[in-house]
Amino acid sequence: MKLRFVLNMVVREARGTRRRLVLYVGAIALGVTALVAINSFRADVARSIREQSRTLLGADLEIRSRGELPDSVTALIDSMVAAGDRVSRIISLGSMVYVDRTGGSRLGQVRAVRGAFPFYGQIETQPANAWSRLQSGAYAIADPTLLVYLEARVGDTVQIGDARLEIIGTLTRVPGDIALEAAIGPRVYVPAEVIEGTSLLGQGSRARHAAYIALQDPDALQPFLNAYNARFEEWNVRYDTVAEREEDFTTVLDRLSRFLGLVGLMALLLGGTGIASAVHVYVREKIPTVATLRCLGATTKEASAIYLIQATLMGLGGSVVGAFLGLAVQRWLPNVLANFLPVSVSAHFHAEFLATGIGIGLWTALVFAALPLLTIRRISPLRALRADHEPTGRDPARWLVIGALLVTVVWLGIWQAPTRLEGMLFAAGVAVTGTALWTVAKLMTWATRRFFPSSAAYVVRQGVANLFRPHNQTVAVTVAIGFGLFLIATIDLVRRNLVAQFEIEGGGNTPNLVAFDVQRDQLQGVVDIFDGLGVQPRAVTPLISARISSINGVTVDALLEDSTVVRNRWPLTREYRHTYRDTMVETETLVAGSWWDEAAPSSDAVARVSIEEDIAEELQVSIGDHITWNIQGIEIESEIASVRVVDWARFSMNFFLVFEPGALDEAPQSVVVLARVENDTLRGIVQRDVVRAFPNVSMLDISVIMQALDAILGSATAAVRFVAMFSLACGIIVLLGAVAASRHQRLRESVLLRTLGARRSQIHRIIIVEYIALGALASLTGGGLAVGASWSLSRFFFDVPFQLAAGPLSALAFGATAITVLVGVLGSRSALTRPPLAVLRELPN
Amino acid sequence: MIVAENLGQTYTSGDRMLSVLSEISIEIAPEAFVAIVGPSGSGKTTLLGLLAGLDTPSSGRVSIDGTDLGSLTEEQRAQIRATMIGFVFQAFQLIPTLTALENVLVPVELANGGGRDATKRARELLDRVGLGDRLDHYPTQLSGGEQQRVALARAFANEPKILFADEPTGNLDAATGSDIIDLLVQLNEEQRTTLVLVTHDPALADRAHRVITLAGGRVTSDTDGAE
Repeated sequence: MKLRFVLNMVVREARGTRRRLVLYVGAIALGVTALVAINSFRADVARSIREQSRTLLGADLEIRSRGELPDSVTALIDSMVAAGDRVSRIISLGSMVYVDRTGGSRLGQVRAVRGAFPFYGQIETQPANAWSRLQSGAYAIADPTLLVYLEARVGDTVQIGDARLEIIGTLTRVPGDIALEAAIGPRVYVPAEVIEGTSLLGQGSRARHAAYIALQDPDALQPFLNAYNARFEEWNVRYDTVAEREEDFTTVLDRLSRFLGLVGLMALLLGGTGIASAVHVYVREKIPTVATLRCLGATTKEASAIYLIQATLMGLGGSVVGAFLGLAVQRWLPNVLANFLPVSVSAHFHAEFLATGIGIGLWTALVFAALPLLTIRRISPLRALRADHEPTGRDPARWLVIGALLVTVVWLGIWQAPTRLEGMLFAAGVAVTGTALWTVAKLMTWATRRFFPSSAAYVVRQGVANLFRPHNQTVAVTVAIGFGLFLIATIDLVRRNLVAQFEIEGGGNTPNLVAFDVQRDQLQGVVDIFDGLGVQPRAVTPLISARISSINGVTVDALLEDSTVVRNRWPLTREYRHTYRDTMVETETLVAGSWWDEAAPSSDAVARVSIEEDIAEELQVSIGDHITWNIQGIEIESEIASVRVVDWARFSMNFFLVFEPGALDEAPQSVVVLARVENDTLRGIVQRDVVRAFPNVSMLDISVIMQALDAILGSATAAVRFVAMFSLACGIIVLLGAVAASRHQRLRESVLLRTLGARRSQIHRIIIVEYIALGALASLTGGGLAVGASWSLSRFFFDVPFQLAAGPLSALAFGATAITVLVGVLGSRSALTRPPLAVLRELPN
Repeated sequence: MIVAENLGQTYTSGDRMLSVLSEISIEIAPEAFVAIVGPSGSGKTTLLGLLAGLDTPSSGRVSIDGTDLGSLTEEQRAQIRATMIGFVFQAFQLIPTLTALENVLVPVELANGGGRDATKRARELLDRVGLGDRLDHYPTQLSGGEQQRVALARAFANEPKILFADEPTGNLDAATGSDIIDLLVQLNEEQRTTLVLVTHDPALADRAHRVITLAGGRVTSDTDGAE
């Protein structure tokens, strides 16, 4: 091979291709940007979590339980304090927070602190010294969102239970908490003294008690755990260590960022298709040159080498540009994902991801460029003699390239996805989506051509006909833009359906206001307040907390020790919440046995219960079996009379076990009151009045849940949308490429039309029509498939009914079309402004 | 010496077999000036392509200086084109991204790698065709006649033994065409090249030593021309 000739030609043939070079570099750069940014960010997160792991927990060890820590644990902790370890306690519970000045009330996550928590890291507040002051008086520090909701400000007095506290600051950051928690239940830190002894911690309280321990000698942790692991289980307390917390967060965030990486990978692959189409056009233009070179004695290898080297250099250039852009985006990603991060993430340079990003970008560029580059091997020197001599036959090497392409997609998927299986699914998904987009695009263009009315105005007909000019890129552009739109629209539609599902469940005739923790002696008072405001309580559901004492006479301890039976531990040791009623509810279906109204009355001593199918399986019980319950010290025996299937996905109060009425009448219980209040203001007033009269009662407004859900889905989709934007940008680059590719033809057509007497405005309109048609094709293709994909996802994956959000979808489609028209018209300006003669002279024959 | 024996070329067009050339046997002596003439579609350009080894015949064989082109690989044929053969095309076929000088240098670079001597020779050739002051112009900046002059310089750059020309005046007006013919004939004589050209142009054919007339893919006459 004449290397010198080849290298000379590589440089010379790059002349006048600046515009194309930018497009080519852009197409590959965007995907590489996403990959380098996301993978570097992933490493940053892992590193930050590792570095700040002790702050995630704020201590070396957390011991917690539902309800008060057992005496055994308290004794243990006391002995540890005596030995020099430091201990801090936090009681967490859901409680109404009420501000007198504004009348605002809202369910909050109250955390009552005693001691020097956190031992590691800092809880950041505004003002900065609020945390150190917290335990010096009747003070509270709240999430800013809570203050917004309550229309309160620092300095106001809040009422929590019977306690009245001054808000002395707001929370900025709590290490180990993700910001989304504030959306679910805004946090309020208070000193433990002020709520101890209040009704909040009384009977049936759902408080969680935790002890945080900083060991004098951190190395003592493992021996300590080895010694106490079994006993903690026995005492029904759970524990968490720094290492476990670190692993949990790392696992979750690694998955999250790897999934985002997959979306980035799509941008890269889309960029690849952009490159394939750009190289295709480029090679077409180079056919005469290659034919001439072949006549002059260049071998096919030399001719191919020229353009292969060009593609390599451009792929390398694009990858390097993308990799460095990625470093910039990497610094920005923590903002996009702020709501999911338990630690502050600082950006570091990760050479390995920079290098793999460049490598993958280059390889992708080459694999996608290879297919069109193969054409060069088929260009006969005869083409120099006959302009109509087309490259003939198909290159068997294309199977090699197609194979390499498939292997690349699968390999990249496996490399980026959390697991091998997910990687393969991703590759399969890409294949299916790609094929579907291509097929739909083909069908739509065919249908446009076939069915477009010939009676349409000339300008419209000419504009649409332009889509089918020889060597057009219509299908490629439709696929590229359609793909970007497809991604964004699918994400949006799925999110809307998930939210809509809750709106349906919460709307219509179902209760939207829940009062819980109502004590039996308070029930009448609560109902009176409802009545006084003209609100009709819908349902009054008693709640009874209970633990299993024995099954068919065998104690839980004996059951757990029985090594001949394989079973989970948690169903036997957990705390259950039962109710009793005489009818079944909508979300329940009886699958075995009979409901009480049909069955003969049981003996007085044994209460009949209906059990949920899955928990029956876990407990290994069936109809006729006896379970004895411990309800705050009192033993009550029950017999399983029926088995139910429960639809847990529905927004409703569901129970593992339902007792027949009468059996638990005298047991300690609280009551949940459900009501429907349409009017927002009235709903606020009901909450305020109930909380003012009964501070221990918590009220939940369903619209608050909706907001929380919206916030969670919003954060999740914002992150995905951010990366999906790269795909749309890639689509636009492919469009720019197509506009550039058809520039000569367009110029020639415009000159011809102007010679034939077309006015400039007419040509302008033709161009606009062409791009409106192109944008509409892409939008219909991407939008149509997005409807299909979101329907399947909603129906089969999330199991919610599908509703088409036509408005937002149309807005997206309109936006994509507008961008297409804008890019197309701007790219075609020269066809309008250049004088015909200048154009004719410049154009090759 | 170019020898064609019993050449035939058939193409498939749709489901029909189209015979473009059949039973062509000719010998072209070194330093000969041969014009191939005939009506459109008579197979002139196809014959030229076969003689130059740009295409492989359906039947028969072509040899150049005793080497059977059919026995060579495509890459070996490219090598022969690089070292022994020059081309002039109807549509000039200058490479649009290359300056006049670079276009002329391409065959040299392909044959032996170029270098300072090659550049010097390329300049001289361009000077010889009257474009000494337009070395750095790109093809679009040159007129048709000028482009064909660059093409002539390129064709002779490598001191080829054989020059194939396909309608070299076909895209030019009469006066410019005539200038190009003069230049072509002069260069041919100076360089002692075998010249095989396809033309419609009677003026050009008249100047050939030998005129081969094709019709319907067969040789209908083969006469010695002027001189």
